Amino acid sequence: MIYNKRLILAHFWLAFALFGVAILLGEWQMFIRSPLHGWLRNADLYYRSVTAHGTVMGYVFPTLVAMGFGYFISEAALGQPLVGRRWAWAGYYMIIVGSVAAVVPVAMGLDSVLYTFYPPMIGNAFYYIGVVLVVVGSWVWVALMGINLYVWKRAHPGAPVPLAMFANVAGAYLWGWTAVGAALELLFQILPVALGFATTINAGLSRVLFSWTLHAIVYFWLMPAYIAFYTIVPRAIGGRLYSDSMARISFALFLVFAMPIGIHHLFADPEVGAGFKVVHSIFTAMVAVPTLLTVFTICASVEIAARLRGGKGLFGWVKALPWANPQMLALALSFVMLGFGGAGGLINMSYQLDSTIHNTQWVTGHFHLIFGGAIVIMYFALAYDLWPHLTGRALLNLRLVHWQLWLWFIGMIVLTFPWHYAGLLGMPRRMAFYDYTAPGMFAEGVSVVMSTIGGAMLVVSAALFLTVLIRNHSAARVDPEPFTFSRAVHEPVSLPWALNGLGLWLGLMIALTITNYGYPIVQLIMTPEGRVPPVFVGGKP
Amino acid sequence: MSGPLLRNRWFVGSVGGTFLLLVFSVFVGFVWLPSAQDDSLFKGLLNSICSAAGVPRSWLGEASAPVTSPVKVSEVVMTPTTLDGPASSGAVGRGGTLALRCTMCHGLRGVSNSQTPTLAGQYASSIYKELRDFQSGARVSAVMAPFVADLHDQDLRDLSAYYASLPRQQSPATQDLQSAPDVVATGAPMRNIPPCGSCHGRLTAKLGVPWLELQPRDYLKTQLEAFARGTRRNDTSAQMRNIARNMTTEEIDASVSYYTGGQ
Repeated sequence: MIYNKRLILAHFWLAFALFGVAILLGEWQMFIRSPLHGWLRNADLYYRSVTAHGTVMGYVFPTLVAMGFGYFISEAALGQPLVGRRWAWAGYYMIIVGSVAAVVPVAMGLDSVLYTFYPPMIGNAFYYIGVVLVVVGSWVWVALMGINLYVWKRAHPGAPVPLAMFANVAGAYLWGWTAVGAALELLFQILPVALGFATTINAGLSRVLFSWTLHAIVYFWLMPAYIAFYTIVPRAIGGRLYSDSMARISFALFLVFAMPIGIHHLFADPEVGAGFKVVHSIFTAMVAVPTLLTVFTICASVEIAARLRGGKGLFGWVKALPWANPQMLALALSFVMLGFGGAGGLINMSYQLDSTIHNTQWVTGHFHLIFGGAIVIMYFALAYDLWPHLTGRALLNLRLVHWQLWLWFIGMIVLTFPWHYAGLLGMPRRMAFYDYTAPGMFAEGVSVVMSTIGGAMLVVSAALFLTVLIRNHSAARVDPEPFTFSRAVHEPVSLPWALNGLGLWLGLMIALTITNYGYPIVQLIMTPEGRVPPVFVGGKP
Repeated sequence: MSGPLLRNRWFVGSVGGTFLLLVFSVFVGFVWLPSAQDDSLFKGLLNSICSAAGVPRSWLGEASAPVTSPVKVSEVVMTPTTLDGPASSGAVGRGGTLALRCTMCHGLRGVSNSQTPTLAGQYASSIYKELRDFQSGARVSAVMAPFVADLHDQDLRDLSAYYASLPRQQSPATQDLQSAPDVVATGAPMRNIPPCGSCHGRLTAKLGVPWLELQPRDYLKTQLEAFARGTRRNDTSAQMRNIARNMTTEEIDASVSYYTGGQ
């Protein structure tokens, strides 16, 4: 039973509407820097667009999806109305105010600092304040998820926490802790300078604090997709989840290993000792464990569905899968993109190999494939699954849904494979134009044109996605069966305490943050000569 | 949960496993890999650990003494607060008095009719840096040197504040970025030439860099050529020398025409 449909729909719609606008900016950027367009006379327009595209797609869009989905899970899995409904709305409005405060100065050219802030570059304070408001708004959700689980646990002592809620709260706590890094950077380093209270900034410390957020945020984006893998797909394709415990262990391991790894973004930074870079590199490799556990568990769950449908043979069962089902299709396409993206990620996380592609277009290609591809396609899938339950109307355009998912997959491959290739050729990222007439840059030009075509396919796919959702609001009314999550082969009757709560894993997450980040942060705080004057953009000389 | 934590297999397994992983990765990062380097800095356990933690114990000891330049170089360090100070109130008035000695070349209100720079509305940071360089000899000018020789640092600050406070001339409408020559709007990335506008106005401005609009043609051209030849060298990191050297004659003419408003 879903009690607060308006609240959940408001989150999803704001997320998808912003996504629809920001994807146009992304394609515009691709086109502008391709040989299809002459050089921009005012390169700042490009950097404004990058800042807005990144801020919306990286901070606002996935946060709103996670929040909307989180409220949905809390009500559907726990079977109780959301506790703190007014707070939830307050958090939502905070995100709207924050987004407007952030995007307006960016559009005015006062904050072309890119969404990763890049101190000592400093822009107009409103941008940073807006981002802080978005984060604080999402912290309301983090608190509410914890409170709702607590209320349920008190009413159901000893009962196993539903898997979807266990994973949802893991994602919320992960975000709550990982956002602390960027919040510290904004509140204690950037905002004092932007507001005129300080005249220098410790750029190295700021970058280390940002890396605290920068990698774990990816696992926060990923959580809704993984929750859909485990708790929606097996049910939607008529199967069972292979192992409930394996799912819980995967989410717990994401909580532990997502945090102490962010310094792999700073491999080329001189302010962090090489030893810590190696430690973070090794811990990054550990993320492969929950990822591969998930791939194994989900493939096994899918096989169960196939065999229930009469699939036979070592691999013959693949044919028996319900390929017409959007959840099945989205899952398969997501896994293919996750596989390629993960393989590319092995290069990024390796201290030595990273130097060949550091700050090249490879990196942008990589995170678009993982986030825009593997994760966002599951956001689409979960929206398709949830929508009839939220609107009470039928989702009939299955053909359109198929087109949309395939187009997103093909578009993402056409976008990102040449993008990786351009990076291998050494094309730097974050530049508004390139001199393709120079000898040796022709191949880069061809690959950027291919990416532009891929991006156009994504724009069409996004339009189809929004069309399907909008049309649903005027479709025939139906009375959907009560929403259910996947059932496991062996449903948990009683769980060990470690898999029925997050305390142990939160403890490990915080302990590893201290061991892996404590010394570099303290060392940089104790280095006053690391403070440098700001470089103001878009205003003061 | 029942029983003491240390007997619980979930606690022991997860905490113990994570701890072993941490010990292993610290050993690899701080002991094994550094000692595998054939580098005198990494000899010995303590040295390798300190180096890997980012606290080198002997780097500075091996460094050679800095090379001194045979010619005078700029010593001005510009930060956004360089010109802030207790005496900044009243600076414009004092600067206006001091500026009487400048009027014969730079105009009564900072607008030059001869081929000397127009100073009205110029950034204070830029004027201050050039005055200091004239004083130290980092920028050579037989005319300017005697005028600044006897001025105190506060005088230079006051002069900068005064000229910065004067109204800037109106730029002609033709000076937008669409009509700007390529070198001004986009530069030439493959020759390491950033757009002129990214420091000197129209796109963005940078600290200590002059606003070039409506400067006299001969002055701008002479300075660009002096940078290209290396006879003017008070650009701190040689950025203008490197840019001007890579510019073609046509690009120099085009950028000068653009900033002088086609005079």
